[in-house]
Amino acid sequence: MKQSVFLGTLAAATLFAGVAMAQGTSTLDTVKARGELNCGVNTGLVGFAAPDASGNWQGFDVAVCKAVAAAIFGDASKVVYIPTTSSDRFEQLTSGKIDFLVRNTTWTFSRDTDLKMDFVGVNYYDGQGFMVRKDLGVSSAKELNGATICIQTGTTTELNLADYFKANNMAYTAVPIETNAEGEQQYLAGACDAYTTDASGLAATRAAFADPDNHIILPEIISKEPLGPAVRHGDSAWGDVIRWTMNALVAAEEFGITSANIDELATSSQNPEVQRLLGSSDNLGAMIGLDVEWAKNAIKASGNYGEIFAATIGESTPIGLARGLNAQWTQGGLLYTPPFR
Amino acid sequence: MNTSTSTFVRTEMLPQQTPPITEAGAVKWVRENLFSSVLNGILTVLGVAVVVYITLQIAPWLSRSVWVASSLSECRQIIADRYGEGATGACWAVIRERWPQYLFGFYPSHLYWRPVLTFALLCVAVAPVLFDKLPRQMLWFSLVYPAVGFWLLWGGSVWVPVMALAGFAIGYAAAKIVQPLAGTIVATIAAVLAPVLWWLFLAGPAADAMQSILPIALQGVRSREFGGFVLAFTIGFTGIAFSLPLGVMLALGRQSDMFIVNKLSVGFIEFIRGVPLITLLFTASLLLNYFLPPGTDFDIILRVIIMVVLFAAAYIAEVVRGGLAALPRGQYEAADALGLDYWKAQRLIIMPQALKISIPGIVSTFIGLFKDTTLVVFVGLLDPLKGITDAVRASTDWKGIYWEPYIFVGAIFFLFCFAMSRYSMYLEGKLKTDHR
Repeated sequence: MKQSVFLGTLAAATLFAGVAMAQGTSTLDTVKARGELNCGVNTGLVGFAAPDASGNWQGFDVAVCKAVAAAIFGDASKVVYIPTTSSDRFEQLTSGKIDFLVRNTTWTFSRDTDLKMDFVGVNYYDGQGFMVRKDLGVSSAKELNGATICIQTGTTTELNLADYFKANNMAYTAVPIETNAEGEQQYLAGACDAYTTDASGLAATRAAFADPDNHIILPEIISKEPLGPAVRHGDSAWGDVIRWTMNALVAAEEFGITSANIDELATSSQNPEVQRLLGSSDNLGAMIGLDVEWAKNAIKASGNYGEIFAATIGESTPIGLARGLNAQWTQGGLLYTPPFR
Repeated sequence: MNTSTSTFVRTEMLPQQTPPITEAGAVKWVRENLFSSVLNGILTVLGVAVVVYITLQIAPWLSRSVWVASSLSECRQIIADRYGEGATGACWAVIRERWPQYLFGFYPSHLYWRPVLTFALLCVAVAPVLFDKLPRQMLWFSLVYPAVGFWLLWGGSVWVPVMALAGFAIGYAAAKIVQPLAGTIVATIAAVLAPVLWWLFLAGPAADAMQSILPIALQGVRSREFGGFVLAFTIGFTGIAFSLPLGVMLALGRQSDMFIVNKLSVGFIEFIRGVPLITLLFTASLLLNYFLPPGTDFDIILRVIIMVVLFAAAYIAEVVRGGLAALPRGQYEAADALGLDYWKAQRLIIMPQALKISIPGIVSTFIGLFKDTTLVVFVGLLDPLKGITDAVRASTDWKGIYWEPYIFVGAIFFLFCFAMSRYSMYLEGKLKTDHR
């Protein structure tokens, strides 16, 4: 009796699962029905995602979550931030625990294809660099032959490091570390000559040292690390929502739309593309299943791309990152959004 | 008498002399305990040197503690101003500022009173279990406490825990009704089956119905908002409370002559003990999602608790089996000779002795379980040691802080584990019946 009940429940659950899969309900509908966006973020990375003392999440990646929530609901606070670790982030996404992942994740071939992700864009162009103590007397990564290097295990940076030293016919001794905080301690304690990770991470780490002037970040950037949000493979409509929300933030900076002047521009701008973007002419929102003011709400959430950058990781913050590759294409950077038409 | 003549005869006692300096007081103690041989002398000197060295390393850092600051750089500034450039010191201001986060995680701040009240009630519920001088009526509260604690922590309708509790009453009633009709074995099956059916199919609708008649509810708090020590205690104490009975049942199952019960118990115990806890946690958090229908909301903390309980129960089962094996055969035979049935024999004769023998092992398992709660960080829950600490370190204010959070969290864990260990020693002393 007991067993048949159990088996019956199991069969019913399987059947239900099959039906739900077959219907292929789009993530956008699920999110709208739920009334909240489940956003997978880092458990804590300076400048990109971190909770403050009262538990409010802030940062560069978090701003993407807010913008998407604002685009869908017109309310940037309707986000549930789900911290993900580097080991479970993809599982969380494929199993449906999170709607999309924005966790400074590098867009690579195998992740896009083999792991069945769809990367919908790049919100930060990063690259791997080296930090050394000034008194080591090294001014270029090419002089690091024979050095001991602290490196986080299980990341793309580990593979990049091996590639770089092999290509330049140099030798190194790796000191494996688990987390960034541990790496800082090992490096400060002198367990390794150089510390390598993404350049943004190095800048943030160096800024937190008691004596930042005694450490330098070497000029060489040895890898491409395009960091961007990812969605599940096969739900293009949902991918479009994220992709075009990010594009709207970039376009807003290009057109000079800021959180301060957005209401004014929405009524007074004569630029047809600005009018389309802000919903004062045409209805682009309807084409991706959102309301007419979706982009306006997204930009209002925490400002345009430039404003978000300046507030979270820019030169006025302790992290002090320059725009570099992350400037608009008109300023010599890589930010280039397709037209809103 | 001839007192004046025999001068060679001593007539009064000599005054007592103090013992030789090497045979008394501090010197004797030192000689016996620290320098009883050349090797021990060398070890003593080395040991003292190590202690002094470590103290000299840490003491200045600890003595230059800063308690009030809003960021690590401010801390460093204060230390530099007070003690000169280049001085290092502990910056406890981070604990002071993030204290609520370490305790409650992201629990809504206006509801902090609920976990606090839950903890206070926990003390009340645990007290009669730990100390038998307290009135036995308090045990009724201990039995109801899990439902009370659940309701206070997660909130929602009061009828959900009430209906869950009702399941036990139904099981008891089923056993009482069936027993005279169909005998003990059928009654036992009924006592298990009736509540399971109730929980699976009737408890939910019944709770909804009662809620619509008499709505009593607290504001709901989601599992994702749990963190810090609230999370560690919730998982730790629930795990401890549920793994002991389950472990005892498994130990009895493993000793049982019934083929299926025996093999199931052995299989379960060996499987769980052969798999790392992390694997079980990952299974609970990730693998399960693929099997459950999409959109099922099977609470993550509940899953983790289930896994922790199963894990600890397997270890407890082996510890208790050790206690059972240590009992002389005569105890079992004496119970049989008295005409006690299996359960009465276990309850009155076997278990009290076996559990007494197992106390140190059981408490070690509990301490291990409590510390293992920090592993939940790997499934994305914010444990105090790493989850919260990483989140704190990720703020621009506190990036670069390293030892202080670890020392703080370690101290709290030590406090509770040490208390458990002392209690187990107290219990052993109290229950000691041999007269060595």
